[in-house]
Amino acid sequence: MANKLSIIAKGILKENPTFVLVLGMCPTLATTTSAMNGLEMGLATMFVLILSNTVISLIAPVVPDKVHIPVYIVVIATFVTVLQLLMQAFVPDVYRTLGLFIPLIVVNCIILGRAEAFAGKNGAFDSALDGIGIGIGFTLALTVIGMVREILGSGSVFGWKFIAGDGILAFVMAPGAFLVLGYLMVLFNKLKKK
Amino acid sequence: MVLCLTGVCFVCAAILGVVYAVTKDPIEAAAEAEARAAVGRVLPEGGEISEAIPADAPGIKEYYIQNLDGSVLAYAVKSVSGGFGGDLVLMVGVLPDGSIYNTSVLSHSETPGLGAKCTEEKSHFREQWKGFSGNFAVTKDGGDVDAITASTITSRAYTRAVAQASAFVVGLKED
Amino acid sequence: MDYLLIIVSAIFVNNIVLAQFLGICPFLGVSGKLSTATGMSLAVCFVITLATVVTWMLNRWLLIPFGLGFLQTIAFILVIAALVQMVEIVLKKVSPALYSALGIFLPLITTNCAVLGVAITVVSKEFSFGGEPHLLSLGESAVYAFATSLGYGLAMVLFAGIREHLSGNEVPAAFKGLPIALISVGIMALAFLGFSGIV
Repeated sequence: MANKLSIIAKGILKENPTFVLVLGMCPTLATTTSAMNGLEMGLATMFVLILSNTVISLIAPVVPDKVHIPVYIVVIATFVTVLQLLMQAFVPDVYRTLGLFIPLIVVNCIILGRAEAFAGKNGAFDSALDGIGIGIGFTLALTVIGMVREILGSGSVFGWKFIAGDGILAFVMAPGAFLVLGYLMVLFNKLKKK
Repeated sequence: MVLCLTGVCFVCAAILGVVYAVTKDPIEAAAEAEARAAVGRVLPEGGEISEAIPADAPGIKEYYIQNLDGSVLAYAVKSVSGGFGGDLVLMVGVLPDGSIYNTSVLSHSETPGLGAKCTEEKSHFREQWKGFSGNFAVTKDGGDVDAITASTITSRAYTRAVAQASAFVVGLKED
Repeated sequence: MDYLLIIVSAIFVNNIVLAQFLGICPFLGVSGKLSTATGMSLAVCFVITLATVVTWMLNRWLLIPFGLGFLQTIAFILVIAALVQMVEIVLKKVSPALYSALGIFLPLITTNCAVLGVAITVVSKEFSFGGEPHLLSLGESAVYAFATSLGYGLAMVLFAGIREHLSGNEVPAAFKGLPIALISVGIMALAFLGFSGIV
């Protein structure tokens, strides 16, 4: 049991996809204009990651080595499209906010990366757990970045405003994404050393 | 090898076909509800609102007519103009005499904290449009519209979109 | 329709890396040296333009007429993967010199989200560029894709120049590597914000 828990735990800290592996930078930077947006993007990615990890671990033994990458991509793209359709139907507002970055989950290197590094070599249950762990790590990172940008940029947390008026606008715009991620990585490096 | 890839593609396409068939109606319903809500926000209470009617005027592709007891109460016009960061798309409620009932932003790419303030419903900029029937230009250009502070280009784009909606409705009546 | 507006907008105002956040992974990954950055930029330029033209045709003439719009994501990624493979094979035969310059970057491009991102953008977003909002025609799409990839190259080459200087400087240990690079990109993006509003 402890072994299973550690699969989840390592995705959150030791192999955190954003701060340690530095994968999936595009959605990380683009959709974190607020804590809520970051959280939604993280959950959307986690949905695809868990399902693709599970299915890929099941089919990996029968897929010939030469075509395994195209097959993985097709499986991932299928789940992304399922997610797209479900979001359009039931949460159209969220779908509109995240926009282009939902179909782009297909080329998020985290997903193909986990398929190659973990799901292709492990059982379905472990792969699902790995998906959950990495998914939580990614979601947490996005929410934290979104939160910092929202606090600095609009003076609010999860939409709850604690400063009247505007924040430092640059943090909601593109440059703020790079700056916040850069400084958070510095902080993460510093904490890891201790 | 090829067989495997083809097989996977077929299975995936089949799964997607099923999901698509299941979600098709909810997606259409959601889009419909959204359009209805946007139209409802800029029109007076009551009456019957028509289906979207296609139009071919500068910046205007579709509009809705609101009827009450056989006469036209108001129009809702979807109007587009070029803002600071990209297109500014508005839904404009216009009374038959060309005066404005209310406005609402459907989509925009204005600067957060500056031009994007045009989406804040309780602001002076948005409140001034309710019942507006003056000179469609910002005060800086000699008109009656108070611009958003430090966002003249957005304010001009907004004003232009509202003005073309109003002119469109006046033009409709003359036909 | 003003092609100049498309070009200026795609290169400077809506720079694909600094304003749209597409293709960040290779942007950070291969910008360590000016020469590799240039090679990657050229390869991306080629693939983005080609992929956009092919996916545009696929979408307009096959997916839409048959009501298969929901297969867009999956079809586009397969086309891009196949195209990259084909480009690789053709280059190897036709121009071994160019192949040895770009070869190592080509396989990386399939998972470069800039390629899929631009392909999806041109078939789904309405642009106005000073006129009526409309979906881009094939010619406009090609120009848009090419200009966007030029913007990618510009950002990449500029950034590689900065990084070459960074590597010779003493930075605090915790800032070493990616963090200082990200902060530099942030400052570059601030500079590019100055272009907003010119088209």
